[in-house]
Amino acid sequence: MTNNSGAEAGINESLFAYPDERGHFGVFGGKFVSETLMAALQNLEAEYNRLRKDDAFQEELKRDLSEYVGRASPLYYAERLTQEAGGARIFLKREDLNHTGAHKINNCIGQALLAKYMGKPRVIAETGAGQHGVASATVAARFGLECQVYMGSEDIKRQSLNVYRMKLLGAQVVPVTSGSKTLKDALNEAMRDWVTNVDNTHYIIGTVAGPHPYPMLVRDFQSVIGEETKRQFEAQHGGLPDAIVACVGGGSNAMGIFYPFLEDRSVRLIGVEAAGLGLETGRHAAPLSEGSIGVLHGNRTYLMSDEDGQIIETHSVSAGLDYPGVGPEHSFLKDVDRAEYVAIDDNEALEAFRLLNRVEGILPALESSHAVAYGVKLAGQMSADQSIVINLSGRGDKDIPTVARIDGISIE
Amino acid sequence: MVQLSKTLSDLASDNKKALVAYIVAGDPTPGTTVPLMHTLVDAGVDVIELGMPFSDPEAEGPVIQLAHERALAHHVSLRDSLAMASEFRQTNQTTPIVLMGYLNPIEFIGYEQFAKEAEAAGINGTIIVNLPPEESGEMDPILEAHGIEPVYLLAPTTTDERAEIVCRASRGFVYYVSLKGTTGASTLDIDDVAEKMSRFRKISTLPIMVGFGVKDGASARAVADVADGAVVGSAIVKLMEQYRDDPDMLQSSVKQFVRELRAAID
Repeated sequence: MTNNSGAEAGINESLFAYPDERGHFGVFGGKFVSETLMAALQNLEAEYNRLRKDDAFQEELKRDLSEYVGRASPLYYAERLTQEAGGARIFLKREDLNHTGAHKINNCIGQALLAKYMGKPRVIAETGAGQHGVASATVAARFGLECQVYMGSEDIKRQSLNVYRMKLLGAQVVPVTSGSKTLKDALNEAMRDWVTNVDNTHYIIGTVAGPHPYPMLVRDFQSVIGEETKRQFEAQHGGLPDAIVACVGGGSNAMGIFYPFLEDRSVRLIGVEAAGLGLETGRHAAPLSEGSIGVLHGNRTYLMSDEDGQIIETHSVSAGLDYPGVGPEHSFLKDVDRAEYVAIDDNEALEAFRLLNRVEGILPALESSHAVAYGVKLAGQMSADQSIVINLSGRGDKDIPTVARIDGISIE
Repeated sequence: MVQLSKTLSDLASDNKKALVAYIVAGDPTPGTTVPLMHTLVDAGVDVIELGMPFSDPEAEGPVIQLAHERALAHHVSLRDSLAMASEFRQTNQTTPIVLMGYLNPIEFIGYEQFAKEAEAAGINGTIIVNLPPEESGEMDPILEAHGIEPVYLLAPTTTDERAEIVCRASRGFVYYVSLKGTTGASTLDIDDVAEKMSRFRKISTLPIMVGFGVKDGASARAVADVADGAVVGSAIVKLMEQYRDDPDMLQSSVKQFVRELRAAID
């Protein structure tokens, strides 16, 4: 491929014009899948384009987001965290207060409704740490859909609580033993299931990755985060924030909060990747910071590959960021210089995890702790009349055993 | 005419059906592959599909996934796969080799460089599983300039409209994936295949090879009756797994199996 990326494509066009009709964000995105999946993707695309303009669908989605998920989630001025950082005012977008404890449910509700309107009685999902699996199993229970969740056998061992939770929700958890036995392999296996059972099955992809139309439709369902933030910030503070900070694994919570602000060019958009043990060690999950352009899971994007083009294993203390790719729209926003991407390592994230507990009484997910860590750093370099919003994408109850283990305490 | 098209058109003029065999380069060991390619040809294979190992073979079933893993345990790369083709070409200049795999390792080398190295290694065609014709606008002319024929896939779910796009982009042959699932899944529905063939024949004059689900003489025969040739993959790869510690048995069992297929389709 040519390496001129999306740079010249984005300059004079609205960033809301993406993806184009072929699902491309500049050179990124697309539909890089086997022929066996093409019909399913085209069908999903057509159905989604119809339903996004369908009043009944939108009404039902709105009602469920309000009455089932508990939206709108608060935008909270974190006064003591602001003092601690010693600079810009820090606001937290409280996605951790959603039903099931993270932003993942916004997308799952939307896609489960899609399945219902498309007349598909079965849904499948992939999961790494189990959060998207739990959210998918939850909406499947809510809509009476059969649900199978693919999960790497390594992850099943590490996340027994979420595995049990999915079973309580009536889902079947299918262990994946191929490859590295983690999230990327679960995604491969879910795609294989979808190829085989597409007649009665909708595949709920959990992030803004995968082949078109997934990056677009997941972004659309998550954009409720940014729309609320814009409204709430205007009401509580007036104007626009100076910066928005969100963690990026696949990148759905970041895309959701960034998207409504794309054309508000005064607002800095900052995505925080997982630097794991440190970018210099190679043991991280930061494809936008350190990766190169390639093709995986149906789209062209920044990836972590070795010199032979094989996908390499990633590392992060936070399972939700432990993914070798990233949503193609993030790759595009990086290359057109609309968003900035930085990385926070395991130790910095753990410190932020403790800090937010101590000064605000809020238990953040380890994923979100990456955003908190960078947000505090950034606020410290800004002035007191400026404001930043950190997307607190999830709550950290699920991470307590991990952090306790690091502290040398075993919790059963 | 380039080698792949030539071989297939020669077979057609002789009223013969093509036997296409798929193996993964470096499975179960790097030393296996070149002798195995010769074994395949000796036993009656017309076209070799040489799989390039990839860490994430998205469209494959468990049997072929494991083959990729066995090869990757030996760090067999795209360039190693090309080196094997090159070595095979030292004594066989005629049997077409179609390189089959996934796009990422090719993106890493760059399309132009890849095409150059593949041509030098004696590669005649490509099947890039996750590169549908909609995304191949840049790749196709580069391959053509290097005398390499890109083969694209048809599936049971492919509409007539898409079949036209696929056939227009394909060179050499088109590959009909006869099952909706992944490689190695369930059984072949030959009536369905026959129905699809008659549909596709109206769209294109290219030879159509049918793969996915060919596992013995009877299924190869059934496929050859309705198509221009049969592709056998998982059934051979299973022998790699079964005899991975016994190179002699591996070669002899493949030879026997392929002979059975050849006899069945002739």
